[in-house]
Amino acid sequence: MNSAPKHPEQPDIRLMQGNRACAEAALAAGMRFFAGYPITPSSEIADFLASALPRHGGSFIQMEDEIASMGAVLGASLTGVKAMTATSGPGFSLKQELIGYAALCEIPCVIVNVQRGGPSTGLPTSPAQSDVMQSKWGSHGDYPMVVLAPSSVKETYELTIQAFNFAEMLRTPVILLSDEITGHLYEKITIPPPEAVPVITRRSPRVAPNASYKPYLPNEPDLVPDIPDIGTGFHFHTTGLIHTPDGFPTREPEEVRALITRLHDKINSRKHEICLYEERNTGDAELILCSFGASSRSCFQVVEDARKEGRKIGGIGLKTLWPFPDFIFHKLSSSVKAILVCEMNCGHIIGEVERVCEGRCRVEGLGKCTGTMITPSEIENAIKRIK
Amino acid sequence: MQSNGLSEIKHLLRTHRLPHIWCPGCGNGIITQAFLRAVRRLDLDPDKICIVSGIGCSSRVVEYLDFDTVHTAHGRAIPFATGIKIARPELNVVVLAGDGDIAAIGGNHFIHGARRNIDITVIIFNNSNYGMTGGQYSPLTLFGEKATTAPYGMVEQPFDMCELARGAGATFVARSTTWHAKKLVDLIVQGVEHRGFSSIEVITGCHVNYGKRNCRETAVKMLQWQKEHSVPIERFHSMTEEERKKYFPVGIIHSETRPEYTEEYAKITRIKRDDR
Repeated sequence: MNSAPKHPEQPDIRLMQGNRACAEAALAAGMRFFAGYPITPSSEIADFLASALPRHGGSFIQMEDEIASMGAVLGASLTGVKAMTATSGPGFSLKQELIGYAALCEIPCVIVNVQRGGPSTGLPTSPAQSDVMQSKWGSHGDYPMVVLAPSSVKETYELTIQAFNFAEMLRTPVILLSDEITGHLYEKITIPPPEAVPVITRRSPRVAPNASYKPYLPNEPDLVPDIPDIGTGFHFHTTGLIHTPDGFPTREPEEVRALITRLHDKINSRKHEICLYEERNTGDAELILCSFGASSRSCFQVVEDARKEGRKIGGIGLKTLWPFPDFIFHKLSSSVKAILVCEMNCGHIIGEVERVCEGRCRVEGLGKCTGTMITPSEIENAIKRIK
Repeated sequence: MQSNGLSEIKHLLRTHRLPHIWCPGCGNGIITQAFLRAVRRLDLDPDKICIVSGIGCSSRVVEYLDFDTVHTAHGRAIPFATGIKIARPELNVVVLAGDGDIAAIGGNHFIHGARRNIDITVIIFNNSNYGMTGGQYSPLTLFGEKATTAPYGMVEQPFDMCELARGAGATFVARSTTWHAKKLVDLIVQGVEHRGFSSIEVITGCHVNYGKRNCRETAVKMLQWQKEHSVPIERFHSMTEEERKKYFPVGIIHSETRPEYTEEYAKITRIKRDDR
């Protein structure tokens, strides 16, 4: 297989599909367990990993359904193996039950959702960005979520590695929210050499197994516990019930509060580190085009065209959707006249932008739910309507 | 020699988590005890045992066992166990599950675990109802018997879990009851030793929620019913069709050798490893 350059001194440049880049990056990040269920438009990820994982000493399994594949991922991750699954809309809905389990039990894993048009079976082979809110609120209960959205094949590679690093560092499930356009797009990509890829692996207990070890006792200052791996002698308990630092169930109000707030705090306190975005020409901009995923490609095209004509338009491409990067918009809303949010849905991210801007600038939306991508000319038309 | 005292298994319990949540007279303690006696008899390394459960009264058992334990979501014990076993094939992975958990919401995972013949031992605590939620009917509630959601008698037919397991491909299938407490230890020992998917159904009593609606309102009556309605598999074979309808066969229902999942996958990994 062509996973290494013929001449090591030359850069490893390839024409690659977005889904393939996701799978290649997962291997580079150290992922060695994949469980999935066939679904368009994510199946290429499973197809490639079924072949590649045994060659890397890892394991692939196609489970009987989406829920089972999520369960197998969590089981494998509990033993210390970096684990991943990939799916699309209807499958993502099914996985929500155990995504909540992973968040509560602090089990690192990556869930790839290559978004397609919904609701229900919807548009299996057409793009959409309408799972933004489900990726944040899909499971029941209060839990935080880290969601990354790539806009190119290169960014898919980078953000997949980042997703594993965040998952391991924060001990939390991370969702890579791709879309059918990015997942099926073929682009040129330079695969970085392994030594240039920063790989983070979860911390292990710093003590030998002992009866008084509290697996869920948070560390300062990152609030992340050093949970042991199954099979290493700690005899620890994992439960989807609200639990104390020793891992056993509780209903004591103060202990419940302590766990739920810690789960949020360990992520929200590091928002500036987790929230990744690309900013172009925002300094003097009067209008900002805000987008993410495939739609940000069209936005940045409009920004480039506008600047050639001297129009003061800037662009924000969000790579991290959740936690929502409030701080970007706190600053921008005081300096720009308007923000146009472009997304392939009926209005998801726009609500967050409105919430944060609090009326300091106009916030308009270009929401498209046709199963087709937002084009630069459609953005130009929307800009005309603002003026 | 097997001792009947608790002393030989007490070290396998998280005694600081006791008392347990179960009602007085519940059969779950008998099954728990049998499982621990089996672990003891097999002389398994406690560090290499992982117990996985779902949701329900019986699934709470994992909290009391001093191994690595995972109390998963409703019905999902087998998928978690599958991931654990694939990642760490050297572990003894045991699923402890109730009848609603494993036969209803987790039914799909049960048949596919059996089909794969992955080396997991599943012990089913079959009390014929959803006890934790107050006594609703399960897929194993007997035809005609009552539950809160079958107030006029069950009109659905139950699964025969042993036939289901066998049909799905499980390579070790056994049934016992809490009346047959000593026999149960033998069956669990053989199930854990077996290389492949082992399913051990244990008919147990829930007099509080099930028995009281079905003329078995005490723990003793539940046990008596088990005794009167079960026969050794050898005797069951010699019965007429008509006689068989009145009894559950207990013992080893089915045992065979077939390729085990993780061993088969390891063959691929050995050949393909570093073949990039």
